[in-house]
Amino acid sequence: MTLKGKDIVNIDDLSLQEIETILDSARRMVDIAKGRKGSNALEGKILASLFFEPSTRTRLSFETAMQRLGGGVITIAGQEGSSLIKGETLADTIRMADGYSDIIVMRHPREGAARMSATFSENPVINGGDGAGQHPTQTLLDLFTMREKFGRIDGLHVTLVGDLRYGRTTHSLSLALARMGASMSFVSPDIIRMPDHIVNDVKELGVEVNMTNDLKAEVPGSDVIYMTRIQKERFAEEEEYLKVAHSFRIEQGILENAKREMIIMHPLPRVDEIDPSVDFTSHARYFEQAFNGVPVRMALLKLVLEGE
Amino acid sequence: MKELKITPIRNGTVIDHIKPGMALKVLKILDISNESGKEVAIAMFTKSDKLGKKDLVKVEDMELRPRDVNKLAILTPNATISIIRDFKVAKKFKVELPDQVEGIARCENLNCITNQREPVLPRLIRISDDPPLYRCYYCGRQQSDVTSNII
Repeated sequence: MTLKGKDIVNIDDLSLQEIETILDSARRMVDIAKGRKGSNALEGKILASLFFEPSTRTRLSFETAMQRLGGGVITIAGQEGSSLIKGETLADTIRMADGYSDIIVMRHPREGAARMSATFSENPVINGGDGAGQHPTQTLLDLFTMREKFGRIDGLHVTLVGDLRYGRTTHSLSLALARMGASMSFVSPDIIRMPDHIVNDVKELGVEVNMTNDLKAEVPGSDVIYMTRIQKERFAEEEEYLKVAHSFRIEQGILENAKREMIIMHPLPRVDEIDPSVDFTSHARYFEQAFNGVPVRMALLKLVLEGE
Repeated sequence: MKELKITPIRNGTVIDHIKPGMALKVLKILDISNESGKEVAIAMFTKSDKLGKKDLVKVEDMELRPRDVNKLAILTPNATISIIRDFKVAKKFKVELPDQVEGIARCENLNCITNQREPVLPRLIRISDDPPLYRCYYCGRQQSDVTSNII
């Protein structure tokens, strides 16, 4: 099995064995990601980092990952910086960037943009998020964070909380967790509950899911609580939003019955859904999760560019 | 009896076993109009042993391209097509649901890249037979009604 030359558009493009290979390789990257060790593994290679939509963590961690491995980076950040604003098609921009680089990482506001780009690019394309669609490297770093803590994914109970309807990270994460044998609870207000097609896909993989709006009741049985941001604009009335935002918030009080080993994750940015006092508990894992984006993306860049 | 309501054609195509009520849509997706200059006969809601009711379309001097057959299959998966040459049936076949179609129907996701000004044809992959369901190759969206997005 080799990932060399492979496009990474959707987490489903990766077999379980390929996911394990990436996570194993990411573990070996941690010391380099932290700057304790140097590496020239990707010396002479160039990453085209094409972010047609704002991004902080994904773009910075990909660029850091490439530089930690000795490679170079060329960047487009925002449509303003590119010819798209002059009316150039994405396909043409991709063909141009493909000629300048060895690998492309991209984020784009339209769904399917990464898959289309992969058909126009000779070099591999990694999807850094396309509209409300896929964000496979977020899923990989989420899985890495869980596996580093528990040593496994199989048998864990993961509670996903918040905006499960529009949040792209929770869709691909729940499908990957189901493939890897974790059980799940989906905790959200009714109007932003997990879409039926995702729930059905998860059940078809033989995984039981519990759908509820009672976060407190789910805390004791959870190994992982995965929080997401609830966006105010999803609600017609401010009052309704405030009520909901309060019920789907983690505070120290709610953690009294939590397992000692339970971890809280969040793809960030957060607003009010995790009280800052929780940051200092042993459960908080979201900043480490954000850091994990670097070793996971280093592993992916190296595997896709150089193979095993 | 019912066949007698429409006169036979010398050369052309008969599309039979069309889902009842879909005949006009068949003309639309095959781009047949007054301007196309084709002579057309239609029967709608006629009795059928197999389907209960069905529509039927006869088009003089026209044979379907593979692309048209794919469109028909998506619109009305039980349709049968007879090619008529000199009043005789030269060939008769049932349409088959294609595994994937390119440039036949738009993706229903308006935010899909294929609905933008990009040099790419919409491509739909079949994910189930009964009911026939398609998913966009690019954005992954499962299509709720492909028939209304046929190009």
